[in-house]
Amino acid sequence: MTDVIRKGRVIRRTLLMGLYLLFVLLPIYWLVNMSLQSNSEILGELTLWPQQLTWGNYTRIFTDSSWYMGYVNSITYVLMNMVISMAVALPAAYAFSRYSFIGDKHLFFWLLTNMMAPPAVFLLPYFQLYYSVGLFDTHIAVALAHCLFNIPLAVWILEGFMSSVPREIDETAFIDGYSFPRFFLRVFLPLIRSGIGVTLFFLFMFSWVELLLARTLTSTQAQPIASVMTRTSTASGIDWGTLAAAGVLTIVPGILVVFFVRHHIAKGFALGRT
Amino acid sequence: MSKVRNNRAWWLILPMLALVAFSAIIPLMTVVNYSVQDVFDPSTRFFTGSEWFVQMLNDPALQAALLRQFAFSLTILLIEVPLGIGIALLMPKRGWQASVVLVLVTLPLLIPWNVVGSIWQIFTRGDIGLMGWSLRQVGYPYNITSNPLDAWVTIVLMDVWHWTSLIALLCYSGLRAIPEAYYQAARIDRASHWAIFRYIQLPKLTNVLVIGVLLRFMHSFMIYAEPFVLTGGGPGNSTTFLSQSLAVMATAQFDVGPAAAFSLIYFLIILLVCWVFYTVIMNLQKDSASGVSHD
Repeated sequence: MTDVIRKGRVIRRTLLMGLYLLFVLLPIYWLVNMSLQSNSEILGELTLWPQQLTWGNYTRIFTDSSWYMGYVNSITYVLMNMVISMAVALPAAYAFSRYSFIGDKHLFFWLLTNMMAPPAVFLLPYFQLYYSVGLFDTHIAVALAHCLFNIPLAVWILEGFMSSVPREIDETAFIDGYSFPRFFLRVFLPLIRSGIGVTLFFLFMFSWVELLLARTLTSTQAQPIASVMTRTSTASGIDWGTLAAAGVLTIVPGILVVFFVRHHIAKGFALGRT
Repeated sequence: MSKVRNNRAWWLILPMLALVAFSAIIPLMTVVNYSVQDVFDPSTRFFTGSEWFVQMLNDPALQAALLRQFAFSLTILLIEVPLGIGIALLMPKRGWQASVVLVLVTLPLLIPWNVVGSIWQIFTRGDIGLMGWSLRQVGYPYNITSNPLDAWVTIVLMDVWHWTSLIALLCYSGLRAIPEAYYQAARIDRASHWAIFRYIQLPKLTNVLVIGVLLRFMHSFMIYAEPFVLTGGGPGNSTTFLSQSLAVMATAQFDVGPAAAFSLIYFLIILLVCWVFYTVIMNLQKDSASGVSHD
């Protein structure tokens, strides 16, 4: 009897979960579907799958340098941002998690407010700032601009992970004669390895999806893929096929990254605070 | 954990501070500078005092955008938070199913925001989009470019699609942190599912939920790329949110002074809400640290 009830419950749960996944996947499926069709087929009769499968939209992107350079540019500034953010956030997070010092709480709050700062607020000053120092339309400009929200995020997550490491470990290491840099690199970082992985995932995610600043700070040399995509809209209408293919390709790096850190994601989303 | 008092820790903070100052303080100073001036060109400026602020606060279009913004943020929070908790409870906890579901649920979060807009633009088109086409087939004259209600509902639906995953993943990680012993004790007591949820799971989720609500509120307040791509803010102004008004003012009309004043008002609202949330989080953490929430 209870077995029947339990079985019924499992089926109901699976069904509800399946329904939500369907909701998540349906729009993405439609994107993939259209990316494999020619424009004439897209604009003709609505079909649930490609009748004349074509890879033309993808070949267009991979053979045209103004297209594929968009991906290269995006990945370049995302990687730069990850390196910069990590380099400065690690020591800062360590300080916040281990020491109390003048103004630490206020500083931490102020940091968080930067994460909340709407990019639209900083649009104009950023443009002028980077233009006047000659960094406009370079990868490093976008990488630095994304530090605005990524550094606070990194400090916040890392601080959570570091605080879960008992400080006796630090003390033992110092008694054993480790210098601070050696302790930090050889002992401490390996201990929070999964925290670092998760942080890198978040840095990637937020820099990869941001568009407003990336678009404002670049014109041609460092143009992100997101703004290259606006080229599909021309006077003769929208090139739906290419737009869809380009959209599919922006999802791929995300899938790869999430696949590699899937075992740590759950912990990471609690920002180390469970 | 007790912390050591050490003011030399500032040296560890310094590189980060220098960088954040460059990307936050300098631009903010520029905004403040503009907000009190009338700029004709770089050499001709007039000090205007609080004129722009008064003008912006009395602008009916901005008041409407602000109201719309709050209505939107509230709507999506009311939908996404309960839905996210529900999904988290449904997600499988182990095995290959757990990995697959985790990756699929995370998927919408990793799509660039304007691509999210493009996906929904394609999906909701009446002629070539599955959703728009289906709705028309069943007789509903669905049209987001002419019907404000359709546009509004679609933006909400898009946001739910995009961001419910964040709440679900936060709650999922919160649930995973509950020791199995709690459930065993509940089973011995023959506690109902509702009782387990109400007295074991929900209290354990408060910490991550506060973070979730905070992040969702902030991001929904900054929403820009998705409605920009999907509806362009229309029809009329029905889906024009704060960021979009601001971007138009600053980059299309070059009303630098008013845009700067508007930015500061915008920023202050965010700061206020952020401060309230931060205080709540800190108090929760203090409670759990002192053992009140039964860790």
